[in-house]
Amino acid sequence: MRHIISVLLENESGALARLVGLFAQRGYNIDSLTVAPTEDATLSRLTLVTHGNDQVIEQITKQLHKLIEVVKLTDLSESAHIERELMLVKVKAVGEQRDEIKRCADIFRGQIVDVSATTYTVQLVGTSDKLDAFIQALTGTPILEVVRSGVSGISRGDKTLTM
Amino acid sequence: MTSQSKQAEMLSGAAMIIRALADEGVEYLYGYPGGAVLHIYDALFQQTKVKHVLVRHEQAATHMADAYARATGKAGVVLVTSGPGATNAVTGIATAYMDSIPMVVLTGQVMSHLIGEDAFQETDMLGISRPIVKHNMSVRRPEDIPYLIKKAFYIAQSGRPGPVVLDIPKDMTIPSQKFPYHYPDDVKLRSYQPKLKGHSGQIKKAVTALLAAKKPILYAGGGVIMGGASEELTELARYLNLPVTNTLMGLGAYPGGDKQFIGMLGMHGSYEANQTMHGADLILAVGARFDDRVTNNTKKFCPDATIIHIDIDPASISKTINAHIPIVGLVKPVLTEMLDILKQKKKKLDAAALEKWWQQINEWRQVHGGRYDTETPLLKPQYVIEQVSKITKGDAFVCSDVGQHQMFAAQYYSFNKPNRWINSGGLGTMGFGLPAAMGVKLNFPDADVVCVTGEGSIQMNIQELSTCKQYGLGVKIINLNNGYLGMVKQWQDMNYESRYASSYMDSLPDFIKLAEAYGHVGIRVTKPEELQPALERAFVEHKDQLVFLDIHIDPKEHVYPMQIPGGAINEMFLSKTERT
Ligand SMILES: Cc1ncc(C[n+]2csc(CCOP(=O)(O)OP(=O)(O)O)c2C)c(N)n1
Ligand SMILES: [Mg+2]
Repeated sequence: MRHIISVLLENESGALARLVGLFAQRGYNIDSLTVAPTEDATLSRLTLVTHGNDQVIEQITKQLHKLIEVVKLTDLSESAHIERELMLVKVKAVGEQRDEIKRCADIFRGQIVDVSATTYTVQLVGTSDKLDAFIQALTGTPILEVVRSGVSGISRGDKTLTM
Repeated sequence: MTSQSKQAEMLSGAAMIIRALADEGVEYLYGYPGGAVLHIYDALFQQTKVKHVLVRHEQAATHMADAYARATGKAGVVLVTSGPGATNAVTGIATAYMDSIPMVVLTGQVMSHLIGEDAFQETDMLGISRPIVKHNMSVRRPEDIPYLIKKAFYIAQSGRPGPVVLDIPKDMTIPSQKFPYHYPDDVKLRSYQPKLKGHSGQIKKAVTALLAAKKPILYAGGGVIMGGASEELTELARYLNLPVTNTLMGLGAYPGGDKQFIGMLGMHGSYEANQTMHGADLILAVGARFDDRVTNNTKKFCPDATIIHIDIDPASISKTINAHIPIVGLVKPVLTEMLDILKQKKKKLDAAALEKWWQQINEWRQVHGGRYDTETPLLKPQYVIEQVSKITKGDAFVCSDVGQHQMFAAQYYSFNKPNRWINSGGLGTMGFGLPAAMGVKLNFPDADVVCVTGEGSIQMNIQELSTCKQYGLGVKIINLNNGYLGMVKQWQDMNYESRYASSYMDSLPDFIKLAEAYGHVGIRVTKPEELQPALERAFVEHKDQLVFLDIHIDPKEHVYPMQIPGGAINEMFLSKTERT
């Protein structure tokens, strides 16, 4: 099963390497990883998408907890949450295709953020599924480049992951 | 211990390191100098509180510090230079990590501005050590040194202990650059607060389950030793008349000579320990981690047992074997709380059921009972260990290397006290034994300290005989010389039709001459009748000297019982011709 784990991490050098190293060392999967400092510059917030059976996920959260720099963590997928990923797609856009791509981007509430004589760059925000669907929908359009940010997530309602 | 009340003294980074160690109560520092740590060595030279032990190879420094920690529960401290000094320490750091041993390793590093430039003797020690430490850090500002050293000790010694590496760039220790020195009383980290007490609800649940058991077993591991909870464990076991088995790491947690002790369990565990585990309806696991050398095939593991698992590390619980009643906390307060509840309730287990269980266990005791061939004219390693146990009254520190001799020592030495059996259980590091014995002897000069080793293992750190001479370390080396990498040979006998690929030890040195060359006493024993007098000479006549006993044993002996791969915990070979 897919899990989204949110981690508050001390914003210290080596902390991220330690966390990523743990996954490599123990053979856990990382499907995506996003990380940046929070409003408190001493803390980083990290969202990690992984998959595995319940026992593996339990080990992942326990092993993460053991890292000295991990302050707090939560498995977002255990309760209601919001997840978003940002994607930039550069596609070949010539002739009739230009309108076609624009229409498709509109349907997905994407924006064309850069234009050249032969290309469009589309920016899209949503769940990973939605981004996948957009790529599917682009059949017939040559994709030149895809850049995805990985998932960022947050709990719904009052629940927070803070100090 | 702090100097906070006084006007802060101005010290260089190098001097702060040594002063902080002194304030931490460190008596010995094990290490080896080199360019990156010369300022620190100079600071060492200018004081007398912290004494330095110069080893002959950095690996030995780590094992000495490690063994000190195993014997005392306090972190051992190592100082090595950058590059090769640091990489030589890696095996010892990994050894400590695998057995959860507290250790603080100070590694020199090239000057900050050279880091990343492939400078002379630069290695990324933080990167190299990351997977084998509890934590590692580097010094960025000299004024942080006291705090970082306090933090290193705190992390190493609290929670589930482990090694901590502190990497120190040379420019952090420049003698002329001085800073105010304060050694903090303690350190608080918002991201690290190890649990101490267990959850009371869980503890009550555990007591209820325990009282309902008809076939209980107490399975105690190294956590009981490191957690200083032998007394509580023993009291609980006696109060309820529970059969007790110790893991390889837990030997001595419960007294080996006691009638409730049924031996070590696992791969080379006793027949009765493995059978009792398999047949149990309740397993009380204390500071043990159900590792693969214990469980054998996890799918067939103890089918009828309710499992109570007490451990300081939540990640050790339900990792390989699911625990029905997990309790996270220090074993000592948890066991105390269990005892308190039991005494209040004034309840014991169903006496008739327990009586029947003990009858069954006593029958199992008769099946193998640690027997070995006593008919042959050859010296048996089991006999040697029994005799060593006798002459030292089960009271020695026994530091072992890795191989068959290690298992014989574990099986046939009767450990009556905790912290006396010192071996590399998790990593299985050949070369551990001699430096470990040295670390113990230095700190317990009046105790009998034995190094049980093989002709293979001893050669992995034989150079330390020189260190022993320098510091007058009168350890007794019991070299169970079978002329083979015996444990490898045993596997080749059992699984490779006795094709001895590189397991014969050719061109062995004359160990007697070698010991003498280093200034020690060497005694060769080749016949059973020579053993007693040789032990007398070693332990009585040459009490204070290092004695190298080169004991030629039956080269064909195997370690039994031995679990059958893929089987349940109780499926074992009992001799070359018998199995369960
Ligand atoms: C550093 C290291 N290398 C290799 C091994 C694999 N190994 C385990 S036991 C053993 C043989 C040990 O031989 P010896 O010290 O003579 O002990 P014996 O088994 O003969 O008693 C070997 C090679 C190891 N544990 N450690
Ligand atoms: Mg051998």
